[in-house]
Amino acid sequence: MEWKEVLIRYGELSTKGRNKKEFINRLRDNIRNTFKEISPLNIVTERDRMHIQIESNDQMNILMEKLPKVFGIQSFSPVAVCDKNLDAIKLLAIEIMKDFKDQNLTFKVEVRRSDKSFPYETHELQREIGGAVLSHYGNLTVQVKKPDVELRIEVRKDAIYMMAQIIQGAGGMPVGSNGKSLLMLSGGIDSPVAGYMMLKRGVRLEAIHFFSPPYTSQNSLEKVKVLANELSKFGYKIRLHVIPFTDIQVLIKNRVPENTIMTTTRRMMMKIADKVREEINGLGIVTGESLGQVASQTLESLTAINDVTSTPILRPLIGYDKLEIIDIAEKIGTYETSIQPFEDCCTIFTPASPKTKPKVEKVNYYESFTDFDELIDKAVQNRELYIFPMVKPKEDKFDGLL
Amino acid sequence: MIYFDNSATTKPYKEVLDTFVTVNEQFYANPASIHEAGTDANILLDRARNQIAQIFHTDERCVIFTAGGTESNNLAIFGISKANTHKGKHILTTDIEHASVLEAYKSLEKEGFEVEYLHVDNSGVISLEELKAKIRKDTVLVSMMHVNNEIGSIQPIEEAAQIIHANSRATFHVDAVQSFGKLPIHFNGDNGPDIITISGHKIHALKGTGIIVFRQKMNINPLILGGGQEFGIRSGTVAVPQAVALAKAARIAIENLNAAKVRYRNWHKGLIQFLSKFGDLIHILSTNSGVGHIVSFSVKDLKGEILINALQDRGIIVSTSSACSSKQKKTSHVVTALNVDPKYKNGVIRLSFGAFNTDEEIERFKTEFTYVMKELKGVNL
Repeated sequence: MEWKEVLIRYGELSTKGRNKKEFINRLRDNIRNTFKEISPLNIVTERDRMHIQIESNDQMNILMEKLPKVFGIQSFSPVAVCDKNLDAIKLLAIEIMKDFKDQNLTFKVEVRRSDKSFPYETHELQREIGGAVLSHYGNLTVQVKKPDVELRIEVRKDAIYMMAQIIQGAGGMPVGSNGKSLLMLSGGIDSPVAGYMMLKRGVRLEAIHFFSPPYTSQNSLEKVKVLANELSKFGYKIRLHVIPFTDIQVLIKNRVPENTIMTTTRRMMMKIADKVREEINGLGIVTGESLGQVASQTLESLTAINDVTSTPILRPLIGYDKLEIIDIAEKIGTYETSIQPFEDCCTIFTPASPKTKPKVEKVNYYESFTDFDELIDKAVQNRELYIFPMVKPKEDKFDGLL
Repeated sequence: MIYFDNSATTKPYKEVLDTFVTVNEQFYANPASIHEAGTDANILLDRARNQIAQIFHTDERCVIFTAGGTESNNLAIFGISKANTHKGKHILTTDIEHASVLEAYKSLEKEGFEVEYLHVDNSGVISLEELKAKIRKDTVLVSMMHVNNEIGSIQPIEEAAQIIHANSRATFHVDAVQSFGKLPIHFNGDNGPDIITISGHKIHALKGTGIIVFRQKMNINPLILGGGQEFGIRSGTVAVPQAVALAKAARIAIENLNAAKVRYRNWHKGLIQFLSKFGDLIHILSTNSGVGHIVSFSVKDLKGEILINALQDRGIIVSTSSACSSKQKKTSHVVTALNVDPKYKNGVIRLSFGAFNTDEEIERFKTEFTYVMKELKGVNL
């Protein structure tokens, strides 16, 4: 069977009035970006759908593997072509319907004759092709209203185009179509999921991570890099800002009461994140907070932490249960990485019983005796930057062993 | 020395041994340790696991490294049976399994499981009709070897899988110790196995290494308890060098599969033709429908041991039907199951080929065997 193209149906963006063209172009660029390895892809965009031309079966395999991850696609279908004679059409129809042969499904043949000179009429074609498929696969039956499978045949000038399979896409909107935000990426289960949710809504992400050696290990940083790399697979590159946080954490520990350490630490992180956000022209800050999950995520805590900035803080997981979050983490492939047991900066110096209902005024008062700003500016300045997906794979020290 | 006993064990590949040594020298840390050396060992182990998972078309979390084929088979059989007693206690296998399967079944029988055996025809193949008749709603396990180690017969795995999955909730375990690298074997939904077991030293990797792979995550009782390594299914510090060496050997086996298949088939054909020339003096147990790399036959009224010694004197190593049972005096259970004429029962010998054998060695065998037959039986070809 010769694959000719992949037909892509747009997700929610089909409904977006005047911005539509921009959305479509964004999706096209994201697809190009995702499939750099098989570029240049020939992509034709139309108002309601997009066609990716296929030149080899290898290209097809790569597309089938990665397209389900690209946001802004509602569904897609591989399209095959054959010569314009009845026997070839029948053979191709049988080949294409093979995927459905083991289930008791209903189908119909839908014919579009854009080449009117083709000798067979629509009805003739439907009858001939439907008959051929029916006699070949005993399990299938014809149903014209609401069939399980629609075998679509288009008679065009150059060839016959045919498809039946409809593969679910990732939905959402093309990444980049809804501005840019900064994701606070801790290395736990929640924050990558929060990032994923925002990517799905078309937000372009950069990520920030707080690194406190030697209290946190190189391993925990590597883990965050792996997570950032995973998130970069959803259609757009991700820059990761790593903040040297040790000095600030130690200062906090020495200057505020023990049960306020956690709240102040979060506030300092937020201040730093806000500065980085400003530098990169981001519009919001994304966190993986889920209401009530831990002491820092009560409404009182969130209020106290939020107090340091007026930037919108996006918390896509705020109403999610832990198990729901884990489900998504497993689905998007970040769970296994997230659960590797390395200390992160949130768990060091935290007392056994941090305040779950901190008061903004009190926290402000405790912090007022110390000048944190100097260290904050220094941390922002000294941050390290990594870009994902990693362009050059690290030198493989296991080369040849496998 | 010409070595035709590859179904007993194989000589490891040089590159596999190199891997084993290098990993021992450079990545010897415990993969469960959190320091960098441990993390490296763990990454390497994951890579090996992933390589195996791809070969079998499954997820890397469904690959468990063990200490050999026997352990893998034991784990599959005890682990699945005992974890599924709420579904039933009826378990099925065939008459011609390896001892590591049969003995496990016998042990379960003593514990109160209801065990039934599928018989085989003269060519060593089960009957799908009998399987259909014996499979029940409360059957929890079916163990079947893909290729028999003594005569090379191939079981219809795909058809058996369809029958098992359509008629029961049983787990279908395929012992692929003798088939891996010689025939394609991997997961294939309900048209294939649920568990596959293989052994390292049959595919030119190291002795004391094996794998059990699962089609998907499943409930299984571990045999070995301890630190919860290998997803809690097989405790004990994972032998990373062995695992990596095995993953490499498995990759080489798969890459060479098609070429090896053709080569073994040609040798098999040639040898059957050659042996047929001796008329009813020789009974051939390995039919053409069997696998190419095993040729087993017996000489009328001649003990296998005598033939083995005679051939060894002429530099050729062959074995009686199976190395595991060859030291026992009684007739092997496989030969018994095949209903072989008593005149041929004591003389079964097996040639089994591996990656290092050559066309010349096959020809040499024919010459030497002709000579030995003249000596022992007074026949002239």
